[in-house]
Amino acid sequence: MSELYLVGFDASDCARRAVDEAARLGARASARILLCYVIPWSPFTFSTAEENAQRHRRREEELDRATSRILAPELQRLESSRLECGITARHGHPARTLVQLAREHEAAMIVIGANGDTPLMTRILGGTASALTQISPCPVLVVP
Amino acid sequence: MRTRLGDFSSLSEPLLPVPLLSQSSVDERIDAIIAPLTRVVENLILFPMPIPGSDAQVPFVVLWLVVAALIFTVYFRLINLRGLAHGFRLVRGDHDDPRAAGEVTHFQALATALSGTVGLGNIAGVAIAVSVGGPGAVVWMILAGFLGMSSKFVECTLGVKYRLVHADGSVSGGPMWYLQRGLADRGPVLAGLGKVCAVVFAVFCIGGSFGGANMFQSNQSYQQVLAVTGGADSWFADKGWLFGLILAFFVALVIIGGIRSIARVTSKIVPVMAAVYVSAGLVVIGVHIDQVPAAFSLMFSSALGVNSVAGGALGVLAIGFQRAAFSSEAGIGSAAIAHSAVQTDEPVSEGLVALYEPFIDTIVVCTITALVIIMSGAYTAGGEMGGVELTSQAFSSVISWFPYLLAVAVILFAYSTMLAWAYYGQKCFAFLFGDSRAVANLYKALFLMFVVLGASLQLGAVIGFSDAMILAMAFPNLLGIYFLLPTVRRELDRYWAKVKAGTLPNFRDR
Repeated sequence: MSELYLVGFDASDCARRAVDEAARLGARASARILLCYVIPWSPFTFSTAEENAQRHRRREEELDRATSRILAPELQRLESSRLECGITARHGHPARTLVQLAREHEAAMIVIGANGDTPLMTRILGGTASALTQISPCPVLVVP
Repeated sequence: MRTRLGDFSSLSEPLLPVPLLSQSSVDERIDAIIAPLTRVVENLILFPMPIPGSDAQVPFVVLWLVVAALIFTVYFRLINLRGLAHGFRLVRGDHDDPRAAGEVTHFQALATALSGTVGLGNIAGVAIAVSVGGPGAVVWMILAGFLGMSSKFVECTLGVKYRLVHADGSVSGGPMWYLQRGLADRGPVLAGLGKVCAVVFAVFCIGGSFGGANMFQSNQSYQQVLAVTGGADSWFADKGWLFGLILAFFVALVIIGGIRSIARVTSKIVPVMAAVYVSAGLVVIGVHIDQVPAAFSLMFSSALGVNSVAGGALGVLAIGFQRAAFSSEAGIGSAAIAHSAVQTDEPVSEGLVALYEPFIDTIVVCTITALVIIMSGAYTAGGEMGGVELTSQAFSSVISWFPYLLAVAVILFAYSTMLAWAYYGQKCFAFLFGDSRAVANLYKALFLMFVVLGASLQLGAVIGFSDAMILAMAFPNLLGIYFLLPTVRRELDRYWAKVKAGTLPNFRDR
């Protein structure tokens, strides 16, 4: 079975460059590519009873939207590369969830854009890329 | 807790002194018309039982709650003690499957339920217990809270087991569903009983959501604003209706406007307020750290009737049990509505998490309040003081600006209690009249009307009556639960075997 490259994707330009880089390397190593979108979420937030009752439905909606609007177009763009590609969306802490997915799929490498959606969030949260380099079980490729 | 006891002048006092300000003739006339009727209902529900050997009385419903809690504790072999460690691991998320990330976690369900329960009861209820029953009442209050943990366990397990998942993926749960669906499994006779219990529960819950959890909260926040802004000289003094309108506006923003950001802010502020309150309590206790042993020994010695204020040991016990029942709502059934939205395949797991609700609400927060009140000596000084005022004074002996913070906390707690109960009431309204938009809007309109009424009227009788409604929810709820106990026992034994064998999936090590 060929190697798997896991790409953290958040629809930013930088993330697109990460996808391109993964495709370029993947073509050489004939690797598979898994595009992952993490919906930021924490198990320890406070919510109202009404929100909780609707939560299951909303979660499905969020996953649907992430798959159809964010991941699917990018998958289409990758079609020309003729690589074996997959997509997945999941809720959670971005870096930790990517690590979890990497473990689950036994990824050979995580590829990620250096900057996230907004510079401000990156500054506050310390950036997914830098967190990944510290906790990832496999090599991490950070694409500027 | 949200309620004040109805009409037991020997046992209860208003949480706050009620100034005779807007006692217009209209109010008095309405009061006079309604009072005899509500008193009959109140006496039926709160039926005061004399305690042999003393002149104290205990309402029948309080006995009903405590006896049930005791039976559950024995039947489930001290689940309130042996379930705590595992409950903590569940709250921490050890057993949350990462593939289910994004669903409601145990922590979130608990936090939501707590924000509806932590409130005036922890601030004012304890003060009343101490000022009426002496320091000893606190010991009984803690004991009743401990037993109440078992009631919560049963309610919330059933709430999850018999919840309804709608076609659109949203969830409805709570006593009305487990009474109806749970008892329906157990033969035609019990099915009929279940249906009756469910309907009666829903009616009482709606009544409670208009009264004790709405008018009363609105009334108490108005009084608190009055007290802070200068009492009878306050600009708000004769403008209760205006305060009611403002409050109703903010409630409407959330329940009609669906402005989630406000609901979300409230659901964040309330835990912060609770944390601030607890830390302030710890600071006061820290300042008087040398008095802690003395305070505890005073509590225990007067618990057994030595130097007690009201009617010997049994009288003290009655007051403590009563306050605990109001504070934790264990056995009332309300929290099961909030808990049932959790994501889990194991109903028992949410029951074990729910153990922490009375634990935090009644045991931790109430003990801190009690220690502050006892150590500051405030309860012996103020003859007429009770409720929020007493707590406020006790805190201000060390932290002088605390009364202002407390005033804000009282209003926020009242607000979050109203929002939580607006949801509970709406769920029960939908259970009775169908799940349509028109029905929901009718309920919301009624709810808002009662917010304004609560602040502008001094209807003691009506408030007492609707307090009785909240407590009355315990009758259909616990009656039905007795028949469902074997089901819970089977669930618990199956789950506990998994825990013991270590076959429960654990995701913490990953």
